Amino acid sequence: MGERDGHLLTVAGLEALLQALTAQGRRLIGPTIRDGAILYEEIEGIADLPRGWTDEQGPGSYRLRRREDDALFGHVVGPHSWKRFLHPPRRELWRARERDGEVELRPAALPEERLALVGVRSCELAAIRIQDRVLLEGPFADPHYRAMRERIFLLAVDCGEPAATCFCTSMGGGPQAREGFDLALTEILLDGERCFFLRTGSAAGAALVAELDPPPADARAKSAAAAVVERARASMGRKMPEADIRDLLLASLDHPRWERIAERCLACTNCTLVCPTCFCSTVEDTNDLLSGETVRSQRWDSCFSAEFSYMNGRAVRAGTASRYRQWMVHKLATWHDQFGSSGCVGCGRCITWCPVGIDITEEVAAFAAGAAVPAEGD
Amino acid sequence: MEIHDLEEVLRGHPFFEGLEPQLARLVRGCARLQRFDPGQRLFREGEPAEHFYVLRRGRVALELSVPGHETLVFQTVDAGEIVGIAALVPPYRSLYDARAVARTVVIAIEARCIRDKCETDPRLGYELMKRLVPVLFQRLRATRLQLLDVYGAPGD
Amino acid sequence: MFMAPPATDIAPRDPLLPRIVRLRGKRREIRGVWSLEVVAEEGEPLDFAPGQFSMLTAFGVGEVPVSVSGRTRDGIGLVYTIRAVGAVTAALCGLRTGAPLGLRGPFGAGWPLEEAAAREVTVIAGGLGLAPLRPAIEAVLAAGGRLVLLYGARGPSEILYPADLARWQSARRAQVEVTVDHAGPEWHGHVGVVTRLVPRARFDPDTALALVCGPEIMMRFAVSSLREAGLSDARIFLSMERNMKCAVGFCGHCQFGPHFVCRDGPVLGYDRLAPLLRIEEL
Repeated sequence: MGERDGHLLTVAGLEALLQALTAQGRRLIGPTIRDGAILYEEIEGIADLPRGWTDEQGPGSYRLRRREDDALFGHVVGPHSWKRFLHPPRRELWRARERDGEVELRPAALPEERLALVGVRSCELAAIRIQDRVLLEGPFADPHYRAMRERIFLLAVDCGEPAATCFCTSMGGGPQAREGFDLALTEILLDGERCFFLRTGSAAGAALVAELDPPPADARAKSAAAAVVERARASMGRKMPEADIRDLLLASLDHPRWERIAERCLACTNCTLVCPTCFCSTVEDTNDLLSGETVRSQRWDSCFSAEFSYMNGRAVRAGTASRYRQWMVHKLATWHDQFGSSGCVGCGRCITWCPVGIDITEEVAAFAAGAAVPAEGD
Repeated sequence: MEIHDLEEVLRGHPFFEGLEPQLARLVRGCARLQRFDPGQRLFREGEPAEHFYVLRRGRVALELSVPGHETLVFQTVDAGEIVGIAALVPPYRSLYDARAVARTVVIAIEARCIRDKCETDPRLGYELMKRLVPVLFQRLRATRLQLLDVYGAPGD
Repeated sequence: MFMAPPATDIAPRDPLLPRIVRLRGKRREIRGVWSLEVVAEEGEPLDFAPGQFSMLTAFGVGEVPVSVSGRTRDGIGLVYTIRAVGAVTAALCGLRTGAPLGLRGPFGAGWPLEEAAAREVTVIAGGLGLAPLRPAIEAVLAAGGRLVLLYGARGPSEILYPADLARWQSARRAQVEVTVDHAGPEWHGHVGVVTRLVPRARFDPDTALALVCGPEIMMRFAVSSLREAGLSDARIFLSMERNMKCAVGFCGHCQFGPHFVCRDGPVLGYDRLAPLLRIEEL
């Protein structure tokens, strides 16, 4: 099968691919430099990609640096994740107008827009699959998410150079896109020329390949792509401890470490906002005094806020320790009970964007180390 | 009522359940049956506490007079329970009023009598203590929950 | 053991979109507490399972979760008993008869009545916690089960559903005990916290199921009394309360350990709750 063997795409070929997606009526969303970071925004073509740039990341630190080459995808992931398109930060649910005791209720229109997401990393494919389980595959489905999801085209990119904060391999994924994409690229150099090894993952992807008709990849291209992935795999910046993290954390709910984390954690909600799987939301009703309409909107919420657990006049999780615990235990432990997998994909965003540099892998390691040695007094 | 019967009555009450006959006989020596009509007081706040009561039938309300407020009933005690523990604890004064709210039959145990017997026979003292402590413990626990005033709306 | 969420509100209907229903009548139950009778605009019956809750919207104000506390007498509508404490509950309680309101649900897992019907059920309710239990009590009595109801309220004037309590009291296979936390001298019933009634309850701990609803701290005390009375954890069910926004497992607010209270609860077996209830600020 030609598709399975892959094709070879030049940089011009990638541009043609992006334009073909545009020609399908899709809006292209891809990585681009804005406000000193690589964000996911609307792009028109490869000229908008952060070509020749990379992102240096560490706990609580992120900065862009010029690369010594002109790689198009020589960066990793920034503060944005694709959830902002599938499960947007704010969206209207419905509006209602009451008149003479009658209420006219109008649900917000479902999105009809078709997006092509360009440069989706394997950790992000995994995150999308995780949000699918939350918002589509439970007893109830979110129609907005479904509408977006059904229309989306996923152009994945294998990672070549993980950041210091990356640990996807410990979470059972990456650095190579394995499933859940339409097309996947591996950026390679052949005889000094930048090109892409192209893999097909869906019928929509195959149709596009047939249309563009790029040459099949030869053995050299394949082995160059395999080498890129292998190098990335070997250079993961971080590692999640190899323990049964679910059981470890559920056994550590009373652990004094939570208070120690709380001494540093600002409860700023950054980690939940940058996390590609965090899905929590709240609703707000606003009244338009001019039209007399009530609008109910959904917006992202965070388990780090006091209002999040508000009940009968006070927050159930009054302190930062219990809020951090909720976030981490949910992400790494109870997520398994709820959705059959971890809620963490190892993208490292929560480490990078934590203003005080709290490192989820380091915290798990601390719990694991504590568990290995019986606590004092036991 | 014959004295022999009273011993049986004592041993049949949940508070004295399983008490060995020899000790029951000691208690019986301090006990007598007494009836209260609805509204009648068993004892009043501040009075010397002379009896400790084991309820056979009826219901007794424990209440406090609160200045500027109607009398507050904070607990009722029913058949199978006891009332008047102050008679066993120095300074032997009642801390609240006890009023029958139904036709009530009690075994009234003369406090000085039973205290003296406990001193003489620590086995009786220990038996009484073992039966009393769980009651106190349960009431403390109930008081804790009552203090929380859990049913109030926030801000009440 | 665990009831699957009922298929009352499934795709393709948007689970976040309320339907318009009408307030057909309301009554003041006790101070600050109203029961609302809600019917569908088209007159088709609204269904529910005892223990489930709905999301009620006061248009222009907001939405809150409220347990269903019964059916209207004609069987087509639902009754909600609400304490006016916040903006939304106050607005709901202040609606005039005939006013429209928004309804989503009912949602969640209710009381395990299939198991309970054939046996005996001990109900412990505190304050407004009687509201979600009323449909369960009616179902147990209708099915000929044996009922022990221990109900605690703050004071005699805050006893919910006195007429229902009197009716249940006279049922053949029922033991109904009502207590108040404190009272004036005119009150001749029990005074003391509801848990003090547990030793009076006549039930067989090997066959009875206990259904408990009230403030969380009261439920914890009740469970401890029930366990002393010999009931095993798997026979005790609590109706849990947490902040809820979506009621369908999307918003994340109501999580209690691994459970989404909206979807896996609100009624959960104590065997699943025990390890969680002892953790502070979970």
